[in-house]
Amino acid sequence: MVSASSNPSRPVAGPAIDAVAVKVLISGGFGVGKTTLVSALSEIVPLRTEELITELSDGVDDVSGIEDKSTTTVAMDFGRITINPELVLYLFGTPGQDRFWFMWDELARGALGAVVLVDTRRLDACFAAIDYFERRELPFIVGVNCFDGAQPYDVDEIRAALDVDSFIPVTLCDARERASTKELLVKLMEHVMNTARLAESVPAQQARSSAPT
Amino acid sequence: MASRDEVWFDDAAGPLVRPYALTRGRTRDNRYGLDLVTLVVSVQPEVHERVVEPEYADLLWGCEHPLSVAEVAAKTNLPLCVVKVMLADLIERNYVIYRTGWRPVRNTPDMDTMQKVLDGIRKL
Repeated sequence: MVSASSNPSRPVAGPAIDAVAVKVLISGGFGVGKTTLVSALSEIVPLRTEELITELSDGVDDVSGIEDKSTTTVAMDFGRITINPELVLYLFGTPGQDRFWFMWDELARGALGAVVLVDTRRLDACFAAIDYFERRELPFIVGVNCFDGAQPYDVDEIRAALDVDSFIPVTLCDARERASTKELLVKLMEHVMNTARLAESVPAQQARSSAPT
Repeated sequence: MASRDEVWFDDAAGPLVRPYALTRGRTRDNRYGLDLVTLVVSVQPEVHERVVEPEYADLLWGCEHPLSVAEVAAKTNLPLCVVKVMLADLIERNYVIYRTGWRPVRNTPDMDTMQKVLDGIRKL
């Protein structure tokens, strides 16, 4: 056994894991640019990991035409940013389809926060993600991906359409541009820290303070 | 329908062993609470690869350097649930060590870690 009785901090001459991993989620509807955003920031080419779904689909699963299929695969793309030797940040793109909720739970557990990417041509595609993070009380910001630079709506119009609380940042961005996506993550972390400070000063009250006014 | 003359080789033939056969039917594993960002690293893979099945040996070499469970799964092309069960087997035999990813503690925010992440992103 490697219980290293003489040196409690580290087994002698064995491997060690100096880093701790943190993660943020990149969420939004199918084809909104999640993997593009991850590629723009990641130090590695985004990797794809797959999970098998073997549970029986129980009515919530809209798989018309493939009802007899017992195993499906859900894929997640992710990237990595080594902050320093002690800290590694992983960026996980959430599966685009709403039905993979069980996977979202694993993704959200321990996450610092999330970016919800929005395409104004398909605004409703991000509602499920926003609902999920609100319910789970995971801090998130909204990034409006401006395809081709053009954006017919301003931030206030988009905020109103999404019906998100006023303290949640809504930002225009370009998922292909490293500078723009970096700025988005900076905004996310600032928001995560603000939310944490708020929760610290008003414990447990923040949870239901966002009732409709 | 595929023609009878069509032959499937290598990757086209699909996996030789169905994923759950590798784990002897086990689909979930909670022994160590491994998740996507648990970091793992193998201990002396050159020694232990000789005493494990080839698929396990691949995993040992897959985490020769510290990597997340998600990265190991991507590298070995195995589904996450399968990799988790197999890694837990290796951890049980002390062939792999692991470190749980960061978890928030309710009402005591880890501002220090958050600040480090923020500073790190700013420096990109």
